[in-house]
Amino acid sequence: MVRAEQVWKSYGSLDVLRGIDLEVELGEVLCLLGPSGSGKSTFLRLINHLEKLDAGRLSVDGELVGYRQRGHKLHELTDREIGAQRAAIGMVFQRFNLFPHLSVVDNVTIGPVKVKGTGKAEARERAVALLERVGLKDKVAAYPSQLSGGQQQRVAIARALAMDPKLMLFDEPTSALDPELVGEVLDVMRGLAADGMTMVVVTHEMGFAREVADQVVFMDGGEILEQGAPADVLSNPTNERFQAFLSKVL
Amino acid sequence: MAAVLAVLVAMLIHTLVFSTTEQPHATGSRFGWETIGQYLFSSHVLSGVLVTIELTIIAMLAGVILGILLAVMRMSKSRLLSSVAWVYIWFFRGTPVFVQIIFWYNIAALYPHLTLGIPFGPSFATVNINSLLTPFIAGSIALATNEGAYMSEIVRAGIISVDEGQTEAASSLGMSRAKTLRLIVLPQAMRLIIPPTGNETISMLKTTSLVSVIAVPDLLKSAQDIANANYRIIQLLIVASIWYLAMTTVLSVGQFYLERHYARGSVRNLPATPLQRLRQDLTRLRPQGKPVAEVLVSSLDPLPVADEPRGAPHE
Repeated sequence: MVRAEQVWKSYGSLDVLRGIDLEVELGEVLCLLGPSGSGKSTFLRLINHLEKLDAGRLSVDGELVGYRQRGHKLHELTDREIGAQRAAIGMVFQRFNLFPHLSVVDNVTIGPVKVKGTGKAEARERAVALLERVGLKDKVAAYPSQLSGGQQQRVAIARALAMDPKLMLFDEPTSALDPELVGEVLDVMRGLAADGMTMVVVTHEMGFAREVADQVVFMDGGEILEQGAPADVLSNPTNERFQAFLSKVL
Repeated sequence: MAAVLAVLVAMLIHTLVFSTTEQPHATGSRFGWETIGQYLFSSHVLSGVLVTIELTIIAMLAGVILGILLAVMRMSKSRLLSSVAWVYIWFFRGTPVFVQIIFWYNIAALYPHLTLGIPFGPSFATVNINSLLTPFIAGSIALATNEGAYMSEIVRAGIISVDEGQTEAASSLGMSRAKTLRLIVLPQAMRLIIPPTGNETISMLKTTSLVSVIAVPDLLKSAQDIANANYRIIQLLIVASIWYLAMTTVLSVGQFYLERHYARGSVRNLPATPLQRLRQDLTRLRPQGKPVAEVLVSSLDPLPVADEPRGAPHE
């Protein structure tokens, strides 16, 4: 579903990603671990072209993200074409980024109605069903500022799901939450994984990674240092920096 | 103390408004309230009020649209677009609006004819600028183009204030840049754009009086026309001022409700409307209402006392 080949990204003279090779299969859950500044969030944002890569190839579902290849050169797609690619990739942010001027249900319907052209009644019906799935059926008419962090993040997940994405990206979805609210968000994500959603998750929740991930990747300094099934990698890390990282977070 | 002050204020108002030491007109006070009353709703003044309202609406509508356009241009990645916007703002903010009004009125001296056609080829139509640019249209253009420059800076400040995460969230849903701006960014920027725009509208309502110099029959010009005929200059200026005050008052009230509307979702409790506040004040005045402070104090438990003296050094 996601295939990265030698992906490089730099800000000025700083190389944030130094040749990332990665593959995520359909229905797989990949957890990206690593200290802050390791490039894991940047890599996630490359997958829906919120950042532009400097070298390498990155494709989702067999399609290059954000570019079209002509001969040996990559040309950036138009605003509309990039929008169409992004519409099929859901994204959940650390700071939720709900639209504060819209009610909860309008936050969920705005994507289908304004991007896909779904009818309002149909979109609303589906939004209510999604909100029920994330346990927020009674908050349909509320505004984001009236919700707790955990509730806001669950609305954000419903908003992303409303676009019927083939891939979901999570950028530290629980890092901005109070500890007692982390569980409700992880529960929703667990449910998604069980339903077979392909997911790439940047997280510091080792318990979640161990339990839900099919593949765990440890990044530091813009490189992948360790990679494999969580049972192997998390229990018997071979890389020294990964060992040090795990001893701090576990 | 308050009573003394009230009496003094009343005396001052009496002196200002009803000074009757001399009687220049047989009608009573020097203010000539009868004259004011006579002209306040005269058809000439009312048509002037209408022109002033029209000018304000046209100038503000065009100014806001121009302002949004210029703000987006200035923030565009294209160097050309942002430079054009910068030069526009530099020019129209840097010259007096009074000069710009007179300039538009006299522009026919520079371009006597407006020709539609192919450059260096045949022309399809030629219009006389003087007949096209009536004083009203010249005044509208001058006020609107000037307002656009100011509005663009207000709009730009509003757009910048919206968190970048909002744009990212909209993009990740697949929204185009134009839709993101229209559906996500601008509605949120409105909360910051509305208050200064209200000020601009009130300011514009008064600035329109400048067009009286190019003979646009607005409120001030109409009042002056009457004064020129009957020499009651002060009375007619008061008539105009009463109308200006009435209109700015209406605008201020409208601004309050508009701000309240756009505060939805960003504040938990909307500010009370004047009517709601009045009702609150009235209920608070009733004797059976519990004083808030008393409840708070009685519910306070005595503070726990520490066993050991504070600041004791640790072992």
